[in-house]
Amino acid sequence: MDFTTITTAINSLLCRYLPEQGVVLAESILAAICLILAYVLFAIVMIFMERKVCAAFQCRLGPMRVGYWGLLQVFADVFKMLIKEIISIKRSDHVLYSLAPYIVIMSSVLTFSCLPFARGLHALDFNIGVFFLMAASSFGVLGILLAGWSSNNKFSMIGAMRSGGQMISYELSVGLCMLTMVVLSGTMQISAIVESQLDGWFIFKGHIPACIAFVIYLIAGNAETNRAPFDLPEAESELTAGYHTEYSGMHFGFFYVAEFMNVFIVAGIASTLFLGGWAPLYIPGFDAFNTAMGYIPGIVWMLGKTFFVIWLLMWIRWTFPRLRIDQVLVLEWQYLVPIGLVNLLIMTICVVMGWTF
Amino acid sequence: MELIFIEKEEARKVLRTHRDSGMDFLRDLIGMDWGDEGLGVIYILENSTTHATMHLAVRTTDRNKPAIYTVCDMWSIAELYEREVYDFYGIRFIGHPDMRRLFLRNDWEGYPLRKDYDASEAINPIRLTNEPPEDVQRSYEIEEDKEFAAIAKRENFMHVDEYVINIGPQHPATHGVLRFRLALAGEEIRKIDIHCGYIHRGIEKLCESKTYPQLLAFTDRLDYLSAHQNRHALCMCIENALGLEIAPRVQYIRTIMDELQRIDSHLLMLSCAAMDLGALTAFIYGFRDREKVLDIFEEVTGGRLIQNYNIIGGVQADITTGWEAKVKDYCTYQLHKIKEFEDLFVNSIITKNRMKGVGVLTREEAISYGATGCTGRAAGWACDVRKRHPYALYGQVDFKEVLYTNGDSYDRVLMRLDEIKQSVHIIRQLIDNIPAGDFKQKTKPIIKLPEGRFSAAVEGSRGEFGVFIESHGDKSPYRVKFRPMGLPLVACMHKILKGCKIADLITIGATLDYVIPDIDR
Repeated sequence: MDFTTITTAINSLLCRYLPEQGVVLAESILAAICLILAYVLFAIVMIFMERKVCAAFQCRLGPMRVGYWGLLQVFADVFKMLIKEIISIKRSDHVLYSLAPYIVIMSSVLTFSCLPFARGLHALDFNIGVFFLMAASSFGVLGILLAGWSSNNKFSMIGAMRSGGQMISYELSVGLCMLTMVVLSGTMQISAIVESQLDGWFIFKGHIPACIAFVIYLIAGNAETNRAPFDLPEAESELTAGYHTEYSGMHFGFFYVAEFMNVFIVAGIASTLFLGGWAPLYIPGFDAFNTAMGYIPGIVWMLGKTFFVIWLLMWIRWTFPRLRIDQVLVLEWQYLVPIGLVNLLIMTICVVMGWTF
Repeated sequence: MELIFIEKEEARKVLRTHRDSGMDFLRDLIGMDWGDEGLGVIYILENSTTHATMHLAVRTTDRNKPAIYTVCDMWSIAELYEREVYDFYGIRFIGHPDMRRLFLRNDWEGYPLRKDYDASEAINPIRLTNEPPEDVQRSYEIEEDKEFAAIAKRENFMHVDEYVINIGPQHPATHGVLRFRLALAGEEIRKIDIHCGYIHRGIEKLCESKTYPQLLAFTDRLDYLSAHQNRHALCMCIENALGLEIAPRVQYIRTIMDELQRIDSHLLMLSCAAMDLGALTAFIYGFRDREKVLDIFEEVTGGRLIQNYNIIGGVQADITTGWEAKVKDYCTYQLHKIKEFEDLFVNSIITKNRMKGVGVLTREEAISYGATGCTGRAAGWACDVRKRHPYALYGQVDFKEVLYTNGDSYDRVLMRLDEIKQSVHIIRQLIDNIPAGDFKQKTKPIIKLPEGRFSAAVEGSRGEFGVFIESHGDKSPYRVKFRPMGLPLVACMHKILKGCKIADLITIGATLDYVIPDIDR
């Protein structure tokens, strides 16, 4: 199904009644509303999924009381968070303190808007899409640093410093993995990257270097989202809650939601760059199979792959203990970055020599 | 128990001779108030290889400014023990580097365990203000031509420009209300200052006004994860003093319960260590298994955490029919689940990286700090009371005293796993052979201990738990001292934390596995 037909229809409808600037304004607002709604919807799904998956790993049932099978639990949680007071802290930097959660959530929403959900169903798509995505995702760390700094709390400060060191380091690996895939696809436009996977996902096309990049990306992406085994910035047994110790109510809620949605985004990018995004499974030679796969809508493919990667990340999160800060940095600078660089070189050679499928 | 009094001036020389001749384990240091005979200290020494014990005492008749020479350069643990004595009796230890109160508030008036202490609320009202922080370390020296010790040196512990953070008293990883003040350089720990006493209930003071059967209730509330063993020690001490013969059935039940309690405690330690390291799933697995032990306890004792099971001369209630089968089922189940826990957590590469070589305590340090239990045995010190001074049925059952050599956090975790297996082994030997008979014997309605000093020790879940009673023939004791298992463990944090990272503090704390009510008493 091609969503461009729908978007063109809306566009022409608006053009009939509004002047040109008005159309742009209206469409921007419309897109923003849809994005934020989708963002919230996925956040709710993610939180519920996390609780149930975690419960399954721990031989528990998870939330069962609110609604059938605990389905309304997340709504109850959000409602609780909404009615809570936003506490202001003495001798904190009030402006930065209130600004920090918005920076974090803004960065998260902006990155989210780069994800292609189906053919024609993405908000931001231009020729340097991958660059934009990296830039948007990396200014979230600014919000975290500000939150820790402005809280006037030593625990928050340590948490923020940890997260700064960790996220800036792992950004490098994430970037290298993305570059590896850009080398393979030859474009930075996200829609074009997906299009070129219609005849085979990159993880198959790029074989060994792509697989290495995928694994590194999962590790680094997990570290980017501050989740176990890389949850040092908020390590609850060490720093109580790290950089968001002093936040309450919806300000805390923003950090919480942004963290969950960053997992979704990391998984979404993984499925876009490596697993073909909304492209169906394509095996050369199996024509009947490929046609059948083609009948499944792109959005189902995209979400299916994304949630599969999320499930992998949750599996990791609920299995391993936490690393120590020096181990986190050693893992990145002594292992992941060198491997990533060599891998980039291998991929370039493969592409130049035509050793890809 | 025989007490040898030594002259105050000679004390250091005599004690040093004994220490150099092999008495290198200071089992306990007990403050005493003998009324007109003065204030004093009892040293219980033990040879760590031959296990010969010795009781020495030092006295001073000056009640206004009592002073005794310190021994904390001979036994590191004396540093905290002497602070405790200073806190309760006001005895100043000459040469001690840091003579601050240990448990009570700094603005506390008087010394509560002295017999002439005035407990009226006018002197020490319930204070609702914050405790003024005492950051000054004082040490005392004898001044020339003066009898009492005077302040020789004052030193500030933390400097103004240091990045000081508080771990505790409310902190998820201290497992209770213990407080560490840390001076940090980035993530690294530069200085550590331990504050105890947030849950100090004055149990030893309370004991002096209660009858012997009433004392029993306190022991369960010291280390709640060694509730059964603590009470076993106190019952044993009283029974020995009374000369009561304990029926074999009672001995069997007590031994089995002690071992179940040990499994319970070790499971909790393992799962909490997992949680402190961020492995929540392993935590839930451990607690799931621990529930089964608690169910077994509940069926017989009616309690899950605080069991109130041992009584003087027996146990509170007989075991129920079919209980043995449940215990046997549980043993099989637990051995199976231990493997799962090993695979999930203990053998994980991250766990190994986090724990190996972290918080190393050598054998000599463990002895000097008196760090018994799994901590001592992980360092290679054979300190199991069950082997050193067998009690109940431990002389008759076959079990191995597991020893490791590295003394790091990882060995302490492995120790727990092996001890669970050994405990299961002990239980399996006993459970089928519980002899018939009475589960308790009749004692006099009012129990009076003969005049004298009595002591007993058991292997608690995390070390040696000792009871010392001095009786003057009344229906309540003259002085009761419980040897805490946790205080030596906290004391050695000083030694092993320097230069570690914050995350290591959590690992070390989790693997030392202290229980705060036991430290504070």
